[in-house]
Amino acid sequence: MAVIEARSLRKEFGTTVALDGIDLRVEEGRILGLIGPNGAGKTTALNAILGLTSYQGELKVLGRDPWNERDRLMREVSFIADVAVLPRWIRVSQLLDCVAGVHPRFDRSKAENFLAKTMIKSQRKVRELSKGMVAQLHLALVMAIDARLLVLDEPTLGLDILYRKQFYDSLLNDYFDGSRTIVVTTHQVEEVQHVLTDLMFIDQGRIVLNCSMDEFESRYAEVIVNPERVAAARAMSPIYERQVFGRSILLFDGVDRQKLAAFGEARTPSIADLFVAVMGKESAAAQGAAR
Amino acid sequence: MNSESNVLRESALGSERVTAESASPTHPFYWSVRRELWENRWIYVGQLAIAAVFLLVFLINMTVWLAKMRGVSPTDTEQYWETIALPYNIGAGVMMGTLILMSLFYSADALYGERRDRSILFWKSLPVSDLTVVLAKASIPLVILPLLTIAITMAMHVIMLLMSSIVLPMRGMSVAALWRELSVFQMWGLLIYHIFLAHAIWPFPVYCWLMLVSGWARRATLLWAALPVIAIGGIEKLVLHTSHFAAMVGNRMIGGGAPTDVTSGEMFPTGPMTHLTPARYLSAPGLWIGFAVAVIFLTLAVRLRRYRGPI
Repeated sequence: MAVIEARSLRKEFGTTVALDGIDLRVEEGRILGLIGPNGAGKTTALNAILGLTSYQGELKVLGRDPWNERDRLMREVSFIADVAVLPRWIRVSQLLDCVAGVHPRFDRSKAENFLAKTMIKSQRKVRELSKGMVAQLHLALVMAIDARLLVLDEPTLGLDILYRKQFYDSLLNDYFDGSRTIVVTTHQVEEVQHVLTDLMFIDQGRIVLNCSMDEFESRYAEVIVNPERVAAARAMSPIYERQVFGRSILLFDGVDRQKLAAFGEARTPSIADLFVAVMGKESAAAQGAAR
Repeated sequence: MNSESNVLRESALGSERVTAESASPTHPFYWSVRRELWENRWIYVGQLAIAAVFLLVFLINMTVWLAKMRGVSPTDTEQYWETIALPYNIGAGVMMGTLILMSLFYSADALYGERRDRSILFWKSLPVSDLTVVLAKASIPLVILPLLTIAITMAMHVIMLLMSSIVLPMRGMSVAALWRELSVFQMWGLLIYHIFLAHAIWPFPVYCWLMLVSGWARRATLLWAALPVIAIGGIEKLVLHTSHFAAMVGNRMIGGGAPTDVTSGEMFPTGPMTHLTPARYLSAPGLWIGFAVAVIFLTLAVRLRRYRGPI
């Protein structure tokens, strides 16, 4: 069974189309990265999945309709929204009481054990904690919930490198067990590259790339080419080319790595580089269409 | 998490059974009310502060009050009672006024605060329905605040009695007469009756209206809530030259016009001359129309919360 299944998912805000008929299927045990520029529709897509916004089209999350069954769905889905959303007036102990009191799958001792490893004291109020501590606190809550789907919308925004690293480490080591599913959006793509199992680029409400990380690694290759060989390499129709220190780096889609080896060492590109390549092509195509 | 539930979770994707298996009991309504009390500490801190100030004023004015008591003949029971009970009734009245203000301000912020500080995103990540949240919030002006007011008023009365019991003998006056004449339990019975019927149930449609607007407005909820009332009142005044609507809303707010009792020549609903009329209250069309209106407002507020995110 798919954890998330969407068909022609569409959402408009006035005249702006936020989601333009998206088809999406996320299987159990995947970690999907949803990558896109600001305003691409990432958060709208996540909000639809979480039952926070209405939509047109078909959408089932864990077999439920999120818009009409949000409270039921939230027993098995956890999410951390883009910035700190924990109420600032609440004490840490009150927060634990509250979640324990309403969530059937919350394991309080797990959250307390996690917090014991941090500097967060149970009598402190959220407003007295630093931004990184608030993120740790929210992560502690979410990791103590035995959820089947975890949705993270820019979970590390505004955190320093240390906290960001810890965040993903905790998530992978202490939380992800292969039967859970995680959907994450972020601009810090380099941090999640080694975490993801699936990758999706979204732009102007449409999916422009959708592949597993295995596919990503076999399909895309990047080669640093010396100037004298650039013309020959270009003949292999790279999808993107950039210059670094006078040498050209060419990005290929679906070209045999052995053929590329003739121009230099072929390696897997970073998600960021592929993103720039794909989005560059997109905007060029859009401009062409506009003309 | 035990291994049995793990196996279950992996084998059975039909989640109903798993949830039942590993579920710990939850009380979403109870915790939603607790949350409101944590978030809005001012609703009881404010009442306690007002009560403390009143007690201080009572203490300072005690000599004046004692002098008045001396001047009244104990044989004139009614006048004697009024003099004794006056500070107690004024105290209850002050607490009722505080209750009205607290309920109005609480309701106007009820569904607004969580949108303003973005915490609505967190609350919506918990398995608590919009209905539960809205009902928990509605229970504050309907049940919690009145109970708080009653408890604080009673405590205030007890302290006043103790203060008087210490001071009276020093002035050579009888404590026994005070306790006998005051009939404090009757006063408290009337207090509970009046607060719930006139200051919780009767104005409830007003509080529900404020809650509805608080879920809709992006700022200045009280202003937005007042505008339609002013508009309707203004149109009525222009067209019909009457002001029934404004009077009705005003009466609802202060608990006036609620047919809870008859207090002939006696200002205070907690006085012993109060004649209760629960049958008249229950058969008043206004009670049931108000109730229906409140249900409509609450239903709309529940629907609205589903659509609302952070401001």
